[in-house]
Amino acid sequence: MATPGATILSDDVAGPIPPALRGILPVLIALPVLALAEVLLGASPFATYLLSVVGVNIILAVSLNIVNGMTGQFSIGHAGFMAVGAYIAGVTSLSLKEVALSFLPVAASDQVLFVVALLAGGVCAALCGFLVGLPSLRLRGDYLAIVTLGFGEIIRVFVQNTEAFGRALGLSGIPQYSSVAMVYFWVFLVVLVARRIAGSSHGRSLWAIREDEVAAEAMGVDTTGYKVRAFVISSFFAGIAGGLFAHFVPIINPGSFTFVKSMEIVVMVVLGGLGSTTGAIVAAIFLTLLPEGLRSLFGAMGAEGSLAQKVDQIRMPVYGVLLVVLMLLRPQGLFGTKELWDVLPRWLPRKKKGLS
Amino acid sequence: MVALIGANGAGKTSTLRAVSGMLKPSAGRITLEGKDITGLKAHQLVPRGMAHAPEGRGIFPNLTVQENLELGAYLRKDTAQIEQDMEKGFTLFPVLKERRRQLAGTLSGGEQQMLAIARALLSKPQLLLLDEPSLGLAPQVTETIFRTLREVNATGVSVLLVEQNAHLALNAAHYGYVLETGEVVMAGVGKALLESAEIRRAYLGE
Repeated sequence: MATPGATILSDDVAGPIPPALRGILPVLIALPVLALAEVLLGASPFATYLLSVVGVNIILAVSLNIVNGMTGQFSIGHAGFMAVGAYIAGVTSLSLKEVALSFLPVAASDQVLFVVALLAGGVCAALCGFLVGLPSLRLRGDYLAIVTLGFGEIIRVFVQNTEAFGRALGLSGIPQYSSVAMVYFWVFLVVLVARRIAGSSHGRSLWAIREDEVAAEAMGVDTTGYKVRAFVISSFFAGIAGGLFAHFVPIINPGSFTFVKSMEIVVMVVLGGLGSTTGAIVAAIFLTLLPEGLRSLFGAMGAEGSLAQKVDQIRMPVYGVLLVVLMLLRPQGLFGTKELWDVLPRWLPRKKKGLS
Repeated sequence: MVALIGANGAGKTSTLRAVSGMLKPSAGRITLEGKDITGLKAHQLVPRGMAHAPEGRGIFPNLTVQENLELGAYLRKDTAQIEQDMEKGFTLFPVLKERRRQLAGTLSGGEQQMLAIARALLSKPQLLLLDEPSLGLAPQVTETIFRTLREVNATGVSVLLVEQNAHLALNAAHYGYVLETGEVVMAGVGKALLESAEIRRAYLGE
């Protein structure tokens, strides 16, 4: 899958970009932009925080879309995998706090340890995904939803009662290694993986499972195998998102990973359009910034601080109404299964469509 | 061509699903060309020459006819040969060629059944399993499909057919089995079964 220079992002882009450059072009563009953002945002901790949250939510939404959108399996326990990643990465970082790699400058050593912690969290989440997915993905339909829901709650309750994870008080003092650049590096990675899956024969198999599982099986698709693999990849990135999250919020506690968080991610995926990666991104950005926007709007209108804070609490009802309206007017989500460039106005350069 | 007939709930579909590896039989043995395939999964059987066109057609409604067919060749790597086989499929069912860019869900029932058969054939099967190909189709369309099935059969593809329509199935098949609550109660050459008094009474309403 990882042939350099032949990524899905570039396969059918028309234009004069030399093939060798295409695969890494997004990186070449993204790196300076991120570096610039890092410098500009240095002065504003709130903007940095907000951007990081947006990034984490994008990772969660895009990774959940691999399961809920592309494969058509309904998982509603994504926050559970995020929690696994957050706590494992957090504990790893805490225990490695005093360690420094002597051959590296302190800052670089910290970042290396950060990546190690992230990967530890991601791998553990993926492992949980495998363990949860293997039995439940053999079943069809709602069973997976119930199992994943249960898993999310089990993780939360487990953490809440484990001394090593700080019980209900949560885990504090995790070194704040995270940066906007690091978050968006993972955003880039998850989008790349999702797009490559969508364009590969792997993605075609997932698509077939989503469309008609019996027919897919009759075609010779190893349905259970593909579903489990999609689930593991998705869980891995949820764990990474959790790990990133743990390294820029001052404290993580079980309250951050409740069923409400899971639903929030599901809403993002459904709103963006099941199966659309760019849809998930747009919805994640929109739904993350919406409460912030409302808060400052109410603030500007002269509302008292308490009212502005209530906006955060009425977020879920707003999501609910939004979903109902959307399901009535546009049941396939904003973009359906299409990507952003498929729904752009015609005069913009388009990518070729189609499976083949 | 072998037909499996029987009333509702006799176990026809389950038999087929067990043969194609979608169900695991709790007892008994299934062999394909002399090799034991009991308990193998569908994705392991397709490369061994088993193709299953499931009941209710099981096409992918949101993909085009062409894409449906491409999925039929899912496990094959010989691109050039696939093209040729697809053309062969289009000669069998010319209407599919006209509609190759159309979404499969917009085809008529008969066309969807044709698509399901053409798609199953694209995996280059030695054994084609068909579940109720006449389901919900006009008699004329059913006839076209059965004529084509006989053509396919003549090219060396074995066909195992499950049907409610005993008359049609036994007429087309070389050999037939009658299932009743999971057990074979009668077996014989298709035409002979058709003439037996019992069958006429039980399934043909005479």
